[in-house]
Amino acid sequence: MSTRLNLTLSIWRQADADSPGRFETYPAKDIPDDASFLEMLDIVNEGLIENGQEPIEFPHDCREGICGTCGVMINGRAHGQEKGTATCQLHMRKFNDGDTIVIEPWRAAAFPVIKDLVVDRSPLDRIIEAGGYIGAPTGTAPDANEILIPKEVADSSMDAAACIGCGACVAACPNSAAQLFTSAKLWHLNSLPQGQTERFRRSENMVETMEEFFGSCTNHGECTEACPKEISQDFIAYMNRDYVKSKVFNRRLAGQH
Amino acid sequence: MTDTSISQSSPLLDSKVPEGPIEDKWDNHRFKIKLVNPANKRKFRIIVVGTGLAGASAAATLAELGYNVDAFTYHDSPRRAHSISAQGGINAAKNYRNDGDSIYRLFYDTVKGGDYRSREANVYRLAQVSVDIIDQMTAQGVPFAREYGGLLDNRSFGGAQVSRTFYARGQTGQQLLLGAYQQMMRQVDAGKVNLHTDEEMLELVVKDGVAVGIVCRNVVTGEISKHSAHAVVLATGGYSNAFYLSTNAMACNTTAIWRAHRKGALFANPCFTQIHPTCIPASDEFQSKLTLMSESLRNDGRIWVPRNHDETRPAGQIPEAERFYYLEEKYPSFGNLVPRDVASRNAKTVVDQGLGVGPLKNGVYLDFADAIGRDGKDKIEERYGNLFQMYERITGEDPYRVPMRIYPATHYTMGGLWVDYNLMTTIPGCFSAGEANFSDHGANRLGASALMQGLADGYFVLPYTIGNYLAPLLGHDPVPTDDPAFVETEQDVKDRISRFLSIGGTRSPEYFHRELGKLVWEYIGMERNKAGLEKALTEIPALREEFWSDVRVLGNNESLNSSLEKVGRIADFFELGELMARDALDRTESCGGHFRIESQTPEGEALRDDENYSHVSAWEWKGPDTPQVKHAEELVFEEVELTQRSYK
Amino acid sequence: MAAPTAAGKVTGSKSADRPIRVAKKRDLPFPLNIYQTAVGKKWVMAVTGVILLGFVLFHMFGNIKLYLGVIEHDGERLYDIDIYAEGLRELLTPIFPRTWLLWLLRGGLIVAFGLHIHSAYTLTRMNAVVNRQYQSKRDWLAANFASRSMRVTGIIVGLYLLFHLADLTWGWIPGYDWERGQVQANVVNSMSNPVVAIIYIVANVLLAVHIFHGAYSMFQSLGINNPRYNSVRRNLATALAVIILVGNVSFPIAVLAGIIDYDPNLVSA
Repeated sequence: MSTRLNLTLSIWRQADADSPGRFETYPAKDIPDDASFLEMLDIVNEGLIENGQEPIEFPHDCREGICGTCGVMINGRAHGQEKGTATCQLHMRKFNDGDTIVIEPWRAAAFPVIKDLVVDRSPLDRIIEAGGYIGAPTGTAPDANEILIPKEVADSSMDAAACIGCGACVAACPNSAAQLFTSAKLWHLNSLPQGQTERFRRSENMVETMEEFFGSCTNHGECTEACPKEISQDFIAYMNRDYVKSKVFNRRLAGQH
Repeated sequence: MTDTSISQSSPLLDSKVPEGPIEDKWDNHRFKIKLVNPANKRKFRIIVVGTGLAGASAAATLAELGYNVDAFTYHDSPRRAHSISAQGGINAAKNYRNDGDSIYRLFYDTVKGGDYRSREANVYRLAQVSVDIIDQMTAQGVPFAREYGGLLDNRSFGGAQVSRTFYARGQTGQQLLLGAYQQMMRQVDAGKVNLHTDEEMLELVVKDGVAVGIVCRNVVTGEISKHSAHAVVLATGGYSNAFYLSTNAMACNTTAIWRAHRKGALFANPCFTQIHPTCIPASDEFQSKLTLMSESLRNDGRIWVPRNHDETRPAGQIPEAERFYYLEEKYPSFGNLVPRDVASRNAKTVVDQGLGVGPLKNGVYLDFADAIGRDGKDKIEERYGNLFQMYERITGEDPYRVPMRIYPATHYTMGGLWVDYNLMTTIPGCFSAGEANFSDHGANRLGASALMQGLADGYFVLPYTIGNYLAPLLGHDPVPTDDPAFVETEQDVKDRISRFLSIGGTRSPEYFHRELGKLVWEYIGMERNKAGLEKALTEIPALREEFWSDVRVLGNNESLNSSLEKVGRIADFFELGELMARDALDRTESCGGHFRIESQTPEGEALRDDENYSHVSAWEWKGPDTPQVKHAEELVFEEVELTQRSYK
Repeated sequence: MAAPTAAGKVTGSKSADRPIRVAKKRDLPFPLNIYQTAVGKKWVMAVTGVILLGFVLFHMFGNIKLYLGVIEHDGERLYDIDIYAEGLRELLTPIFPRTWLLWLLRGGLIVAFGLHIHSAYTLTRMNAVVNRQYQSKRDWLAANFASRSMRVTGIIVGLYLLFHLADLTWGWIPGYDWERGQVQANVVNSMSNPVVAIIYIVANVLLAVHIFHGAYSMFQSLGINNPRYNSVRRNLATALAVIILVGNVSFPIAVLAGIIDYDPNLVSA
């Protein structure tokens, strides 16, 4: 039924964060084209285990494109060649028999390699921790319909909130910048009425924490291209605006500082 | 057969359901339970394992109250928890649609939907707090769908005749999880939550019958660590991956609750598993998981198969008269919106009759042609765009032009650790929340109720009820981690890891998982019968023997080693699989997701046996090679009259 | 008491105690604190970019007078560009003394240049710290030649600027007799040397490339963004780059082609 592919994989192997890594070549034989990219790696791994070789560690979990765990560079592109698609949703029918596939982990100083294709993306959590929330302790909420939100605003907020935190934006950015990730969370919360009270505090803290780990935006647009949720670069502009505003705004409240 | 003698209404299982009329039970209870003075809360330390909806919301709320919380997740970030995959929505008895919804109706629907195998008081409480959840999540910035007037939008959802489901596109679970995660990160920032990422709980520490802490393994460094607290909350999700192919994430497992079970927590209703009707059928042996598509698709899609067994024409060319809209024909009033178990079993029936579609004839059509004709492609795209896109990516087929192919897959487990009204297991100090416990869904869960239950437990129930347990412990420090109870448990964990690494067999852990999954699906899947279950009870242990002697785990314990993580989880699935079979065999009735072929109505519907099985089966661990012993909690129905479910 | 870790710690990942870049030592007073972060630096880069872009546009517009040749002015026959040059020195006279406003503008430009270069330099340094190169070939999907070569084009344009000043403002470049105030003469004498003309042409192509990305990018950095107008941004950047390219490159070509020339006999003595 399904066509079978024979491929050559060139995969980055690295024992741990401190060891040097290198590319190693593995054949991937008889891969069904209905398999997902990660299932292809599963098949290769089972073969490796049978031969007594350590399997390739790669990040994955939900395999539905929503948890954001998966993500590798495939032939020089974050999450591979299919636009708006996480690695787990990339299927082998997008490849041709005989292809060579180069698989490399995300690269950024903030994302050190843990092993093989797995990197540590915890700095993204540090950004959220710095202010990516609305201070609404449990039990304090008014009736949900007392907060009116125009549909357009809710939709725009949702566009930004769709971020899955995979880090592809950082991986694709030549400056290893996390502006798309940060700005998506900022716009998700800053655009909503509920998010107004902490808007400027949030913008300041998240941007400044981001900069402890990541680079600056040069407006290449690689992030949006790589994003499995196709989150727009426009949010970065909103973040820039809110950040400078927050400095001015906090100035106006200087007496409170 | 094993000994499954019932000790009716076992004294072990005091449900602690409060007195009074059902509407007042929760209020009465909250008034009566012991409180911890705000200034004293900081003297308590609570471990929360799992950071999905239930775990993250519990950790956040407990920390807001002033407790010191240690939150554990085996993921690299709490935001990866599998709650994120829920698509359709979350129920709440808001009655914003003015269509006659009420707390009582949500309660009634849930008890009925669960086929009368849930505890009334718990379900009523769930319906009561459902309205608070929507308020809470909105205040936290969850971008629920809105109407042009700015008010919240609702949709109707499988099994309900009112529109009470709130949603955020097809990513409701993601948005709610991120909301809870953000609330927890706020408490991390505030210094009230210690977040332990990459830490997998491998054992519960019990001293003198009381839960005092956990032992974890860091999945990145392999380091084993001991953590002590006044109470332990297990919010570690369900065990659908016992089926190997399920809609759960690859890492979802039963280890945390299973280790608690082995330490004395009773495991309730393990055979109550739910099969979701709208998943993408498997295409081959290599398949690693099944993908669920929101049940909301059934609102607009029509389910059918060809009437002809040898149909070879593409769907579009099959004339209307030769299509078998089996749900619409059998259930005129509910049609395609019958509850999940009914929809699933009917799909199995038609596929078993050889009417299946697709290359492996293992699916049924879910057809949007009529909906697109009626509402236009744009409207359908707005509602289901992301689902259609996902379907196309996975199958390579465009659902706007050809009907989707769907088939049921396991995706939720109603069973779990037995808990009382306070969500405490039979081990004092060990609580369980969310899918990990058995509490609210009975034998079958209604759509859009899992998110509701996870958040209800974490935000509005556990934070109160845990105080009742903690209050008398004021002045007691947690057990030190150098206590023999900790040291022995740590040694057990280390020994188990060394054992896995030293088996040196020939097969990968994945192989055994897949083989186990085939047995579980075959014998404890959508339909169960005595012979099959007895077979499962011999075949699963046999495979387990082979597993323990022939599994091959390469690599070491000192670095990231997903095979090593996996093998421990699979070992626990083997034991759980056996218990599922034992429970299914014991429960000779059919109810909800548990369908015994021997017990059905003339029309082929699940036939309950209220006389003998109106109880929760809770199993007590008796050692690795001794069958568990069943205890029963009798279910008392004061409000809802037990009827045979009918969705005709 | 057991030894639980201090509240609020994050364990299991190292990022909590591992910022790549140590946070700034102290907050400078407003508005200098904006410039302490990369977002602020980009903002400054954009603002100074707008100023410099305005200058480049105005400069090119002024130079079109090279084509107008000699005109009658206050009873004298003079090259139009020379009148314009003198006009710049006399801007807002008699409110200001002669050349004061011009120097003020020049001062502003120098500050803008300084900040533009300083922000670019510090951002580059910042990014070098956080960036890691791929070991395999990577694809570029959205980044274009202009966006990826900003640093190179910027440096070359900066050097060209110095050359241009040395050539026509200070008269340091040998090869012709530079005369203060004789703009038409100096331009024609300088650019009629094909080597010099080629330098001008190449440098202005690179300037246009730099502007192509800069003009597009500055809206983003300043946060002036509206999905309704975004499609216009790329076109605007292209238009600006093309206008400047065509205008500036035309001058050396026109000199070489003899369209712009200098004849001392045409002007009043």
